[in-house]
Amino acid sequence: MAALLAVRNLEARYGDTKVLRGVSFEVAEGGITTILGANGAGKTTTLRAVCGMVKTAGQISYDGRRIEGRATEDVVRLGVAHVPEGRGTFVQLTVEENLRLGAYARRDPRHLGADIDRVCGYFPVLAERRRQIAGTLSGGEQQMLAVARALMLRPRLLLLDEPSLGLAPLVVREIFRIIRTINRDERVSVLLVEQNASLALGLADHAYLMETGTMVMSGSAAELRQNDGIRRAYLGY
Amino acid sequence: MSVDTLIQQVVSGLATGGIYGSVALALVMIYQATEVVNYAQGEMAMFSTYLAWTLLNAGLPYWVAFVATLAIAFVGGLLLERILIRPVENAPVLTIVIVCIGLLVILNSVAGWVYSYIQKPFPSPFPAKPIQLGNIYFGAHDLGALGVTLVVLAGLYVFFRFTTLGLAMRAAAQNPVSSRLCGIRVGWMLAVGWGLAALVGAVAGMMVAPIVFLDPNMMSGILIYAFASATLGGFTSPGGAVLGGLIVGVIENLVGTYVSFIGTELKLTVALALILIVLVVRPSGLFGRVAVHRV
Repeated sequence: MAALLAVRNLEARYGDTKVLRGVSFEVAEGGITTILGANGAGKTTTLRAVCGMVKTAGQISYDGRRIEGRATEDVVRLGVAHVPEGRGTFVQLTVEENLRLGAYARRDPRHLGADIDRVCGYFPVLAERRRQIAGTLSGGEQQMLAVARALMLRPRLLLLDEPSLGLAPLVVREIFRIIRTINRDERVSVLLVEQNASLALGLADHAYLMETGTMVMSGSAAELRQNDGIRRAYLGY
Repeated sequence: MSVDTLIQQVVSGLATGGIYGSVALALVMIYQATEVVNYAQGEMAMFSTYLAWTLLNAGLPYWVAFVATLAIAFVGGLLLERILIRPVENAPVLTIVIVCIGLLVILNSVAGWVYSYIQKPFPSPFPAKPIQLGNIYFGAHDLGALGVTLVVLAGLYVFFRFTTLGLAMRAAAQNPVSSRLCGIRVGWMLAVGWGLAALVGAVAGMMVAPIVFLDPNMMSGILIYAFASATLGGFTSPGGAVLGGLIVGVIENLVGTYVSFIGTELKLTVALALILIVLVVRPSGLFGRVAVHRV
């Protein structure tokens, strides 16, 4: 499968600290790729770099086009939806307004109502709370809203930053199940950043392991699951 | 002390209160997006009113000049943001405040230089003859100004509540990072906000000028009433700012009428006292949100 996203030698720094030291990876069209790694390895920075939210050196190609250095708003317009760490909810707006904002960058704002119904189909709880202020939703519901908002873009590439963070296991399982459905039914390619390695490897078909700003291992999710080092350090058995 | 006088004073208070509320709303719109108080808001309104005066002197019919002034004010506000505020967008708040104060001084001086400091009469589009309802006479300009103000405010409400651009502007003010991830050009939303604030200010200027006469310092007192209104209603609540304006207008008029030692000379002090009281008793204002910061 061709790579939808290809990143080469990505470097980024916060002040004097280098957080990305030559990161290279690919996301296959139609696939689910995950980046595993401990806290502070640079996973979130990598996702933010793809969206032009941090200054970087190196190459980022999306759909054959170089996109490094582009403004976040322009990357989004190419069909890259980013569900940020901490969910990025517009807490004072209603659920429906949050969803409408997700479709803001789309060229054809027609079918907006149909699309809201479509994403609410994945997350029925959002349909019940359409008129509710988003800040009053629970953490799990806000995570669902964040994914639903990203889907309103009709993206080709979905970037997910720690969607399991702070959520109850049942809720996490539900969200991961829906991400798989979205990937399969809507042909959305997914790049998932996750600390919960066993969950991520269960969902992804390709995986990278990141340590202190660089990729140290990559392979199919099945291969990484069998790897002794990963099993001991990240899966815990 | 008759009921008629009371009603008259209340209506006249609502008319000026609508003007205070408009300027307060302009302040709040920019404050919500950037956490900066635009001290130049009053002078921007004053300058717009001079432009309207120029257009009227050129022979344009009142309402044509009115609409043209709103358009110029909108574009002017937008350009001011792009040219003056954008370069200091990420600077500390005090830097932006100083830029705004600089703008205040510049607009005031340029207006004085171009138009002189001599007071000029500014026409009202409404008849001079009072309108009689029962035994009570209302100034036609008071009622008209209140009507115009309410129409503009209703228009803004519809814009922010029901249009995609309005929604994007609210989103950009609340959460710039998430807004960019939705593809919203946050910088331009701020510029449009400045444009709209300038437009609202221009309406206020044109409605107040027939009452206070046109001169480069005509908005300085009104800006203080607007601060009182925004403080009373809450700097985080657009609706509160408008309501605060109406309350301040009525209080100002009633106190001026019924408390003999205050009269017209000490009216402005009432506004300042009100700011002080609100800040001591309820710093977030009547409708404002209490700021909560996660640490």
